[in-house]
Amino acid sequence: MTALQRLEAQSVYILREAYREFPRLCMLWSIGKDSTVLLWLTRKAFFGEVPFPLVHIDTSFKIPEMIAYRDRLVRDWRLNLIYGENRAALDARQTFPAGALSRIACCKALKTDALVNTLSGAWPRYRFDHEQDRYVKDANTEPYTGVIVGARADEEGSRSKERYFSPRDQHSDWDIGDQPPELWNQFKTDFAPGTHVRVHPLLDWTELNIWEYIAAEEIPVVPLYFDHGDGTRYRSLGCYPCTKPVASTAANVTEIVEELRTGQFSHIAERAGREQDKEGDGTLETLRREGYM
Amino acid sequence: MAAVTDTLAAAPPAAAADTAPEMAVMSVVVIGHVDHGKSTVVGRLLHDTDVLPHGKIEQVRRNCERSGKPFEYAFLIDALQDEQAQGITIDAARVFFRSDRRRYIIIDAPGHIEFLKNMISGAARAEAAILVIDAQEGVRENSRRHGYMAAMLGIRQLVVAVNKMDLVDYDQATFAAIHEEYAAFLREIEVQPRAFIPVSGRHGDNLAAPSPRTPWYAGAPLLQQMDAFDSAGPATSQALRLPVQDVYKFPVRGDDARIVAGTVASGSVRVGDAVEFLPSRKRARVRGIEGFNLPPQQEAAAGGATGITLSEELYVRPGEVMYRVGERAPRVGTTFRCNLFWLGRNPLVRGKRYRLKLATTRVAVHVKEIVQVLDASSLESRGAGPGRSAGGGAREVPAHVGRHDVAECVLETHKPIAFDLGLGADLVATGRFVLVDEYEIAGGGIITEYLSGLRDSLREHVKQRDFAWVRGSITQQERIERFGQRARLVVLTGPERRPLQEVARGLEGELFHAGRSAYYLGLTNLARGLDADMTEAADGDAAITTAGDDRGEHVRRLGEVAHILCEAGQIVITTVADLDTYEAETLRILGQPHDMLVIRTGADRHGVNADLALPSETPVAEAVAAVCRLLREREVLLEYYL
Repeated sequence: MTALQRLEAQSVYILREAYREFPRLCMLWSIGKDSTVLLWLTRKAFFGEVPFPLVHIDTSFKIPEMIAYRDRLVRDWRLNLIYGENRAALDARQTFPAGALSRIACCKALKTDALVNTLSGAWPRYRFDHEQDRYVKDANTEPYTGVIVGARADEEGSRSKERYFSPRDQHSDWDIGDQPPELWNQFKTDFAPGTHVRVHPLLDWTELNIWEYIAAEEIPVVPLYFDHGDGTRYRSLGCYPCTKPVASTAANVTEIVEELRTGQFSHIAERAGREQDKEGDGTLETLRREGYM
Repeated sequence: MAAVTDTLAAAPPAAAADTAPEMAVMSVVVIGHVDHGKSTVVGRLLHDTDVLPHGKIEQVRRNCERSGKPFEYAFLIDALQDEQAQGITIDAARVFFRSDRRRYIIIDAPGHIEFLKNMISGAARAEAAILVIDAQEGVRENSRRHGYMAAMLGIRQLVVAVNKMDLVDYDQATFAAIHEEYAAFLREIEVQPRAFIPVSGRHGDNLAAPSPRTPWYAGAPLLQQMDAFDSAGPATSQALRLPVQDVYKFPVRGDDARIVAGTVASGSVRVGDAVEFLPSRKRARVRGIEGFNLPPQQEAAAGGATGITLSEELYVRPGEVMYRVGERAPRVGTTFRCNLFWLGRNPLVRGKRYRLKLATTRVAVHVKEIVQVLDASSLESRGAGPGRSAGGGAREVPAHVGRHDVAECVLETHKPIAFDLGLGADLVATGRFVLVDEYEIAGGGIITEYLSGLRDSLREHVKQRDFAWVRGSITQQERIERFGQRARLVVLTGPERRPLQEVARGLEGELFHAGRSAYYLGLTNLARGLDADMTEAADGDAAITTAGDDRGEHVRRLGEVAHILCEAGQIVITTVADLDTYEAETLRILGQPHDMLVIRTGADRHGVNADLALPSETPVAEAVAAVCRLLREREVLLEYYL
């Protein structure tokens, strides 16, 4: 087996384990390359099916191509997509930079709060209705007890310490000092009422592995990752006020793989273009303790 | 797969990726006593092999200046706020780097005893270990405990790095003394170290390159020793083990084939092979190997997460193990000897119910016997538990296994499971398990010996029960004469619960109105009453009809209650949907000396020998009449007494 095949098999095992154990399971789909690989691995695990809903947190500041790409795949693959948002913060313009919020406070409002309340069912969920070809308010408000997330250990420090199955308490808080043991492919699948589990099938993947797999499987990704002639591309996708493209002429997947293996990016952190990471120390850890993906 | 349309960024041809040399990946764990410098060794190795992002060192240096702490390479790894504040590693980090030979995932494990479960989580993922010992402090408690745990977790490649050589002026005698002491310990636990290396994490001696400051050391530096570790790879040459993870039937695929999904733990299987599932003993041939976005497959081999379809529809349950007919079969049983370690806050005690997870099996289990308890840091047996006579000769075994101790135990599962012996290199996946206490994984173990006695415990229980049974003044013969019937348990089974209940009620009425003494024992009543202490009892009679861990215990209690009612001379009617052979045997043994009749309606999924089989959707009246005929034939209903 190649290294990629081993990574794929381990992720598939974790996805099947989650599906077996959690009756109210969903997967977060940020539209980025990692969670799209995760979606592809789900189709691998379930022989073409995606047997649980995908949840997208819409900050309304996503780069427009991302939403177009999302709805395109939802139709083509007949996905069960649900989105949630922080309507109150958006209506009150409590955002960065309009509402004079810091980047971190904006992330907390538009992503963490929206995510936590969409998962719990406290705030409205909108489901894509394939018959009507539009989003409708979802009648189901049951909380999800298992949430699959595309976090990778090599992204930043707090993620390097994650478990494949990581419990969160009723406030979605992560007790990072007291994580459950995980060995021999046995994970924490028993949990007290009111808690939920974050499932991380991509922990062992690196950024390079992700692109190698996209190349090998020919997975469609959003075109923002490629240079379209102006010498820039996005390496990591987020909201447009806080995400900067990088200088690169990589115009296709093969060139990105080459660039990561030997080129200029082998010594530059992937999230270097994400401005919210630069406000103070341990920022992402703080966000993640409170429920951020 | 769905067609990729033009507005989406179709992935370009993958030629370059395919032809590029794929590098192997190996996971290596770094272990040892707290403060012996594990994170510093890893941080320095990252620095010296030039894999850190630009600016990372400068950023950590700036953070140190701001908080007034001296710079440490460990801060590259100990990323958590609490870790940097306390200067220790709390949880195992995955760190990625590469040598010229391969890519590595380095797992930096915590050395503090409080975080042993995190060390175990890290080490269980690794193929090899680097054990770090402080040259100044020497061998300490967790140097030994971690070495022992690594061996127990199945890590067979170990390198010992004697760190902080700079603090002892690179003194050869200090190194030699530690070498001798720790090598002696490793011999005791039968571990062969690959090398002992004098290193300094702070100054980089003998990490990525040989150090001029240890001219007396002729061996290779750490990185070179790591590159010499062997990658085991999947166990394709062993006997096939495919633990069934789940069984899928997705309507969208357009066929109703059931796909048996699982990851091949060892061996391989090809289309056309005859396979058997254990413990159910169901057999079929492999019809197809399934996959998504793959060319048609003829074979699935160790390591692959696959799915198979079978030549005939079998009702296979998750947790069963598929093997290839003709190859070595897994054992099937309930009782085995094991070596285990315990991490739970509450001690492991004899007799208490735990949940055992072995490969994809989940089953209720209890400790039948604690043979020996060991302190893994000293290899000394724990003292006797309460009740030892003062000055008693033979050492008694403690009544429990405490946190962080290791022990030899005998476990008994509440249903038979398929497993292998986990010692040695082969078939480890089906030879090791974890124990769940409440909601937490609280221990893990390796099966060392198969103990037969599939039903010995139950038979022994019945023998002792009947020996101590308090009898009234009425004999069974007197009851038979009074009621005109022999006491009997009548179990109605079939794929669906509801029709069974209707027949049970109808049969009770028919017998009662004909002057017989019959009682319909509804499972809801048991679940709500006697079984109210069990977690699944709240679901009412659904508890026993689902295949949960507790089903075995529900069946046992049903058997005991039915036995009492039979003692009272009754014809006891009950329903158990999807009764399997093991459960039928449990009821039969518990019911002794009274016999049992099994009536099945509909399809046979589990191969239970039925005394009467009725087609599904038999009208209730017809079914009742057929059962009554059987009761007369078997002389349960005695005509001549009427």
